[in-house]
Amino acid sequence: MDLTLKIWRQKNATDRGGILTYKVTGVSPDSSFFEMLDMLNQQLIEGNQEPVAFDHDCREGICGTCSLFINGRPHGPKRGITTCQLHMRSFSNGDTIYIEPWRARAFPVIKDLIVDRGAFDKIIQAGGYVSVNTGGIPDANAIPVPKFNAERSMDAAACIGCGACVASCANASAMLFVSAKIAQFDYLPQGKVETTRRVQAMVQAMDALGFGNCSNMYACEAECPKEISIANIALMNRNFLKAKVCAEKEG
Amino acid sequence: MNNRLLKFASIGKKVTMGLAGLFLILFLLVHLGINLTLIRNDEGEWFRAASGFMGSNYLVKVFEIVLGAALLLHMILGVILWFENRMSRPVRYFRTNRSDTSFLSKYMFHTGVVIAVFLVIHFINFYFVKLGIVDPPPGVDTHDFYTMARLLFTNPVYSAIYIVALILMGFHLNHSFQSAFQTLGLNHNRYYTLIKRMALVYAVVVAAGFILIPVFYLIKY
Repeated sequence: MDLTLKIWRQKNATDRGGILTYKVTGVSPDSSFFEMLDMLNQQLIEGNQEPVAFDHDCREGICGTCSLFINGRPHGPKRGITTCQLHMRSFSNGDTIYIEPWRARAFPVIKDLIVDRGAFDKIIQAGGYVSVNTGGIPDANAIPVPKFNAERSMDAAACIGCGACVASCANASAMLFVSAKIAQFDYLPQGKVETTRRVQAMVQAMDALGFGNCSNMYACEAECPKEISIANIALMNRNFLKAKVCAEKEG
Repeated sequence: MNNRLLKFASIGKKVTMGLAGLFLILFLLVHLGINLTLIRNDEGEWFRAASGFMGSNYLVKVFEIVLGAALLLHMILGVILWFENRMSRPVRYFRTNRSDTSFLSKYMFHTGVVIAVFLVIHFINFYFVKLGIVDPPPGVDTHDFYTMARLLFTNPVYSAIYIVALILMGFHLNHSFQSAFQTLGLNHNRYYTLIKRMALVYAVVVAAGFILIPVFYLIKY
């Protein structure tokens, strides 16, 4: 396969950056998207040019590090996968492929295609945890958890925090991510007790970091590599309302 | 940005906007009910009675204030949220976002602006006449809303604008109906399909119901 790549190049956080065009030839349809980029970088290095910087780590879809906005969609054209799980057979010979970084005020570009997703860490630090030390693995049925709740919690916990929801959202809203991180605890008795405090702290952190507001367009759900449901956002909303309206003031 | 309203949490703003929107959604049903009396073949007897009641009843007058407040709040919050959302992505994508979304949801602000412009026309034609700010058309009594409506609906240009505005409002309503429930947290697998269907039925009934009237008048006169 011969391809034309239009890639966002930006030297550092303060550089203005722009789209540069590259050609790669002889790409195997069986190779992964990253292997194709590795080929390009090899070409660039051999030509004494700066290789394209992009985030990647596990390359098997579980770490949430990769983050490419390919042809107008986060993680490329296929549903339910990360960029590292994307293969060149999803493209055709002669295609022009646009590759851009995630765009959001809360995700500033560090270099080329790498953005700083530290904002997500700050949201987690605000309340995305269970604050008591739970010790070792508990007895299997010491705390009964209905299967349905366990499943729902696991579905939410599948979120790998890649930021595709923010990237795809027209408003750069982080509500799918935040709601998943709230829901994974809310469905379990160990996490439920802190929902009131957690939901307020995490929403406050999310707002302060400059993410947009959800307009219920559901692009996040469609683009999420882990197919996190927008029902989690409704769960977050009702827990937030309950916390603001019903909960007693602490301290 | 130190304004208290702007500091109000994202979900707080959305919920307030949603509640105001739901109130407007209920009001539209009342409005539609009254307007549909226009297609009765009674020379406006029922319509005059209904608009007379709406114009004189004290409980309705209280609701008029609530309605005005809800409308203003809905619009102001809509504009604030829109600006905040624009600011949350200062550098746009080179290639336009092609993520799967419902087409209409992306244009809520735009259809909202169209509705606002239409409301200004609508207020000049009716509400401001009632308040005495605008003079009624020549030869028509200030309280004769039936004749005013009939004059407008028999005008093809006005009717065309009306029909286009109402179709766009139908799009706005379809998304907003289900969106309000999602924002209020009333969305999970038990409600999801039901709410989506109700939203579609509501939007079609309201838009088609209002559009029926100018179509009826254009054919009849």
